Amino acid sequence: MTLRTQTGPYFGDFGGRFVPESLIAALDELTVAYEAAKNDPMFTAELAELGRTYTGRPSIITEVPRFAAHAGGSRVILKREDLNHTGSHKINNVLGQALLTKRIGKHRVIAETGAGQHGVATATAAALFGLECTVYMGEVDTERQALNVARMRLLGAEVVPVAAGSRTLKDAINEAMRDWVTNVATTNYLFGTVAGPHPFPELVRNFQKIIGEEAREQVLALTGALPTAVAACVGGGSNAMGIFHAFLDDLDVALYGFEAAGEGVDTDRHAATITRGRPGILHGARSFLLQSEDGQTIESHSISAGLDYPGVGPEHSWLASIGRACYRPVTDAAAMSALRLLSRTEGIIPAIESAHALAGALQLGRELGPTATILVSLSGRGDKDMETAAEYFQLTDAAVQSNAAPLAPPTRGGALPTVAVSPTYPLTTAEGDHS
Amino acid sequence: MMANTPRTVGSVITRCTAERRGALIGYLPVGFPTLDESVDAAVALVENGVDILELGLPYSDPVMDGPVIQRATLQALATGFRVPQVFAAIARITEQVAAPVLVMTYWNLVLQHGVNRFADDLVAAGGAGLITPDLIPEEAAEWIAASDRTGLDRVFLAAPSSTDERLTQAVAASRGFVYAVSTMGITGARNDVDTAARTLVERLRRAGAPASCVGLGISTAEQVRDVLGYADGAIVGSALVDALMTDGVAAVGELAASLARGTRADRG
Ligand SMILES: Cc1ncc(COP(=O)(O)O)c(C=O)c1O
Repeated sequence: MTLRTQTGPYFGDFGGRFVPESLIAALDELTVAYEAAKNDPMFTAELAELGRTYTGRPSIITEVPRFAAHAGGSRVILKREDLNHTGSHKINNVLGQALLTKRIGKHRVIAETGAGQHGVATATAAALFGLECTVYMGEVDTERQALNVARMRLLGAEVVPVAAGSRTLKDAINEAMRDWVTNVATTNYLFGTVAGPHPFPELVRNFQKIIGEEAREQVLALTGALPTAVAACVGGGSNAMGIFHAFLDDLDVALYGFEAAGEGVDTDRHAATITRGRPGILHGARSFLLQSEDGQTIESHSISAGLDYPGVGPEHSWLASIGRACYRPVTDAAAMSALRLLSRTEGIIPAIESAHALAGALQLGRELGPTATILVSLSGRGDKDMETAAEYFQLTDAAVQSNAAPLAPPTRGGALPTVAVSPTYPLTTAEGDHS
Repeated sequence: MMANTPRTVGSVITRCTAERRGALIGYLPVGFPTLDESVDAAVALVENGVDILELGLPYSDPVMDGPVIQRATLQALATGFRVPQVFAAIARITEQVAAPVLVMTYWNLVLQHGVNRFADDLVAAGGAGLITPDLIPEEAAEWIAASDRTGLDRVFLAAPSSTDERLTQAVAASRGFVYAVSTMGITGARNDVDTAARTLVERLRRAGAPASCVGLGISTAEQVRDVLGYADGAIVGSALVDALMTDGVAAVGELAASLARGTRADRG
């Protein structure tokens, strides 16, 4: 068996179904519906058509030489999931699951969301297919991603702010699970990442693997060879599994997942699950997890709402355990630096989530040198993050006027080297350590 | 020390059946509002007619629990509850009253303690077994082995949505009773205990269940009486937690006494 043909419920020791019995029937129903749909040419054709005419697939690749100049001279190629309708890779999964919802005859969908991208994608699909839609979102996230809350409401979805626990993605998932247990007869849960109980890790990965399938062909056509390395940010891990999957059996292609290191992995404010966690159970699957000695989930932290999650999909835990993929931490500061660098060198403003992959690619490039080609999953665009970025870089008129220099160093991020003259770019410099 | 009768759930249910009544099972979270008060409250439940105790372990992500139990368990965690304290609490409860004590716990807490070590510590404390709301029999091989080795009870859940095949599996995997989830949903008091519960208990009986107890939504003596008309036990949680939260240990005792009146009607 190849790595690519691996299916759930278990990826090595990871995965499974640790959920209340009440949900098993629905998970089984979904599994059966998906198995049938997968082999149904009508379903695949309908999904492909939606990809072409609604999402805008295939998404293009963009080589970014001015950005790559800061990455040790290696070639850097972006897979542009930011150009998808709704602004991120999340739509790929949602359209697939919404079609499945129709097949199993349910009329209501629910979703959890962190950055709001999965929520927006779900609300979009619900509007498109005429489904009722409720999205659960932690209160911390409804505040920092207010634009996406407005988008979801405009699309006709109900957004429920979740005040429990850490008030972020983890708690939004808990609340969505409670809704699902209660309303499972009418409701399908559109899970947003490759975590959760079987079949979600496999199902979401399969709806996202088009990213890597397209990119593999596109990079081959552009460069005549496979990339040296593939880089993606990892929250739950769906864009990363999506871009990794096509390359799993190309053993010469190195796979790198970049986790949110927040204020640093040596502080208690990070979301570096594989780097700092250990195996445990959260949200229905056994996987790496940030947890206390007792097994209580530890609250994560990241400037990026979409990566602010103490768990990770089981397939990533498996790929890490067998050494096929490598997972590294990227601090808030390094991600924000990379976000600004890509904006200024290439005119592309990435999502803060995706900026973690960019920061990782800068470091990889310096390690791998000028012969390397690095394919980066640009999982989303930065529109939703403008408030955070404006505050971080003090870009509002008020901030600009009160500072002598228009782009004064951010209060938290520390000084950044000037883009144009910096041949090496710090990934985790002192600016990331607030210890 | 109480008499050395084996504290298995099965023996209590058998005794209740002999007395021509159903069993009352009371849930409280350990460590809420404090460890001492949770022990006192558990003892008060038994002194006021609760037959079996279900002691909930506070967990950070309790997906099966409604707002009342969430509030209590998260407060216990916020005030520093640690998992091993449950064993001390059980020892103190079983020193004072004879009712068997089941621990209701999300699975990661057992996994991180070590499944075998958890079983041994539970036996040493005088506990009867586990209720595992997020562990299905397919994932439970290690726990089934550990509970077989130690003789601990293991209570799996059955839901109205479970297929007959899954009910048979839950019955085969459980020892003590099968926890029949009364309704599709989470913990919390409800006005109506679903008719789905009656159907589920009937299906469990046909699947060979020696005992089925109904939980979720039961909060009054009348509901207890109603449920015990067809089930072997009625499980009350949120209502007790609510009483403890608002009015303290004495109030929990009074509510238990009132609920226990629901167990006295002749069955049949
Ligand atoms: C743009 C973007 N990238 C990445 C993520 C993280 O999710 P995942 O790790 O599942 O790709 C999110 C989540 O909200 C996102 O919006």
